[in-house]
Amino acid sequence: MTVYLLKRLAIALITLVLASMVVFAVLEIIPGDPARLMLGMNASADQVELLRNQMGLNAPLPARYLHWAGGLLSLDFGRSYTYSVPVIDLVRERIVVSLPLALIALALSTIIAIPVGLFSAGRHGRAGDTIAMGAAQLGVAVPNFWFALMLIYLFAVWLRLVPAGGFPGWSAGIWPALKSLILPAIALALPQAAILARVTRSALIEVLNEDYIRTARAKGLPYRAVLWRHALRNAMIPVLTILGLQFAFLLAGTIIIENVFYLPGLGRLVFQAITQRDLIVVESVVMLLVAAVIAVNLLVDLSYAVVDPRLRSRQ
Amino acid sequence: MSLLEIEKLSLTIGDTPILRDVELSVAPGEVMGLVGESGSGKSITALTVMRLLPWAARATGHVTFDGIDILAASEDQMCALRGDDIGMVFQEPMTALNPVKTIGEQVAEGIRWHTRASRADAEDRARKMLDRVGLPAAQFPLSRYPHELSGGQRQRVVIAIACALKPKLLIADEPTTALDVVLQAQILDLLRDLVAENRMGLLLISHDLAVVTEMAERITILRHGEVMEAGDTARTLSEQLHPYTRQLAQASTHVPARPRTHAVGQDNPLLQVAKPLLQVDSVTRDYPGRRKSLLKRAAPIRAVDDVSFSIDPGQSVALVGRSGCGKSTLARMVLALDGPTSGTIRFRGQVITGKSEAELKPARRDMQVVFQDPYGSFDPRQKVEKLVGEPLHVLENKPTNTERREMVAKALHEVGLSPRDMDKYPHEFSGGQRQRLSIARAIITRPKLVVADEPVSALDVSIRAQILDLFAELNQKLGVAYLFITHDLTVARAITDQVMIMHDGKIVERGRTSEVLDHPQSEAAKALVAAAPDLHRAIARRLQEQG
Repeated sequence: MTVYLLKRLAIALITLVLASMVVFAVLEIIPGDPARLMLGMNASADQVELLRNQMGLNAPLPARYLHWAGGLLSLDFGRSYTYSVPVIDLVRERIVVSLPLALIALALSTIIAIPVGLFSAGRHGRAGDTIAMGAAQLGVAVPNFWFALMLIYLFAVWLRLVPAGGFPGWSAGIWPALKSLILPAIALALPQAAILARVTRSALIEVLNEDYIRTARAKGLPYRAVLWRHALRNAMIPVLTILGLQFAFLLAGTIIIENVFYLPGLGRLVFQAITQRDLIVVESVVMLLVAAVIAVNLLVDLSYAVVDPRLRSRQ
Repeated sequence: MSLLEIEKLSLTIGDTPILRDVELSVAPGEVMGLVGESGSGKSITALTVMRLLPWAARATGHVTFDGIDILAASEDQMCALRGDDIGMVFQEPMTALNPVKTIGEQVAEGIRWHTRASRADAEDRARKMLDRVGLPAAQFPLSRYPHELSGGQRQRVVIAIACALKPKLLIADEPTTALDVVLQAQILDLLRDLVAENRMGLLLISHDLAVVTEMAERITILRHGEVMEAGDTARTLSEQLHPYTRQLAQASTHVPARPRTHAVGQDNPLLQVAKPLLQVDSVTRDYPGRRKSLLKRAAPIRAVDDVSFSIDPGQSVALVGRSGCGKSTLARMVLALDGPTSGTIRFRGQVITGKSEAELKPARRDMQVVFQDPYGSFDPRQKVEKLVGEPLHVLENKPTNTERREMVAKALHEVGLSPRDMDKYPHEFSGGQRQRLSIARAIITRPKLVVADEPVSALDVSIRAQILDLFAELNQKLGVAYLFITHDLTVARAITDQVMIMHDGKIVERGRTSEVLDHPQSEAAKALVAAAPDLHRAIARRLQEQG
């Protein structure tokens, strides 16, 4: 178990370092000079050169990487080129929107997907299964921004239950803040829930053919109890894998959804920073997202061992 | 009065009739043997009693258990019966337990469900039941997981689950088929004791006549979903009035005719000078022990321990031992699929240990393998021509397409299949035919040695007899030597000249097959011989008991 844990941890750390190199390199390759952008088109070459020196843009590449990566470790992300404030302040402001959004969406998609998967697997091949999986197919196919617009139209414009966009801030109270997150969370969660429901269903159907399901039935457990007690946990490994991968999609999905709902989250920050060539902000936020995804997948790896005792005793 | 009474049971799945007018009864404290070949409807009959049928199945007739009309009972009533009054044990112990739950949880679950006992009480009873089936608390605490147990131990857990609430009827569907003979004898003893203790009725389903004869007072013989014959076991099997009963009995004790058995060296001076085909010299194979922590590993496990033997050309040798004794590891090394930790293996005088794949090519041509499972060893998406012709790529001169088809046709003909079968897919063949295909694949390169790993243990008795005949015939015709790996002494007796008994990685006894099996010397051989069910002996014993 310890060996398994250490191995996973080591893999996560190596991935993080490699990812940081890739992020740094890619943004170096992209054309566009941040110094020129900050000073405007009328600035002289000398002025630009001066600023480049000040910003450390003329230092050799490895030195700049080390400087940047070292900063990340001490949570010093540098200063934004456009806003001239520490990146960490920008991130702190935005993460209180994005993280709750992603977590609510993740929870929603799990809460929807697992019961639907159980329902469908329990009625494998019958009408209920066909209808549920048809709906899931639709959920996978419909893009989330279109879905977001429909939600806005229905719940905000027509029923006037929630705001159509914007975020009042947590200082306005928990309920108003949650109210403005609920539609974006649904829009993010539904396509993910559709995928997850299909995975849950097929994993369950496979498990339901196993001999131990028959043993459980022969004990006198009703079908529903067998499904919950014996099948679900065995079907969890593929479901957890997909759940981990989905977290990355949820984070990426926030870029679109935050724009649709006009939410001041990390997604919008990245989007704006890219258009403004605010490389330092892009790098930092992307690295933050990468770290979050790696952390979640590490958690998923560890949860395999919780679910399956065979992994615990193997090395 | 009977505990279980099946009358005129017919069953269809979709439009396919599975059972027709099946009659069967089990009295309290009685063992009823249900015998038949695969597809005869034995398991479906059992599942009907449990009402665990596939949903497309439609049953008519009467199934009465303890006064309850099973076919008309509600699902709730059935749930109350299952696991409480009727217990069931299945064939495959390796997969019958939920891998993510402890054995304690799994035994206690049924107890809690039916008796509403508290967790502590249920665990207490589960503990007692596990003790009863021979899994004492010291070695097998409730917190063990199935993967930490062997097949025989897992089957004991399954029996503990089935018998935890002292059911009136136990249905055991091939409970020992996947186990070696020694474990089989232990599990059968356990079942017999449980029947005697609780006056439990036992419906024992098996394809093995000898097992059923040892266990059951009465027997029902099923074929194609119909009862062929039913009655007192000893009388039915000794009189063999029904032709199918006779056929089954003969097939179970079938010995292929082998006019030219391979003589042992001493008897035949001609062969003494001949070089052995295969020579294994003090071969040892260690597997690394389980890692205990980051830096510490348990001592390595010695799977094969200083084994030496040789096989002459054309000789048929059995390698017999219990599961886990190292016989499959040894076979893998003979086939150069695995390298020994120390020792050398020579094939036709050439050392084959520690060689690269390219250097092994000539040896590969001359040794082939037949596996146990005729279902698992073929790619379902390939045609027979491709599958049987697979080993041809090791030939020095790659055959042309026409040559290839000719060779496949010839090999198919030799194993009793039609050359027309070349363009079919594996699923179009029955289990026995598929085993013929794997034999065809094995002989197509005209090998000098065929290693057969339990080649008939997945087959029904009559098919098994045919395949044994085929092996015998090919041995005579092509002079191919065999290394038969088996735990079944009847198979060893039927087809081999010599037998080697393997135990804990060592070969503990070797000699003429009939001599070793009739007068075993080593403890391991004695245990195997004593545990092996024998139809004639079992019938004789039953007749004697009845006077």
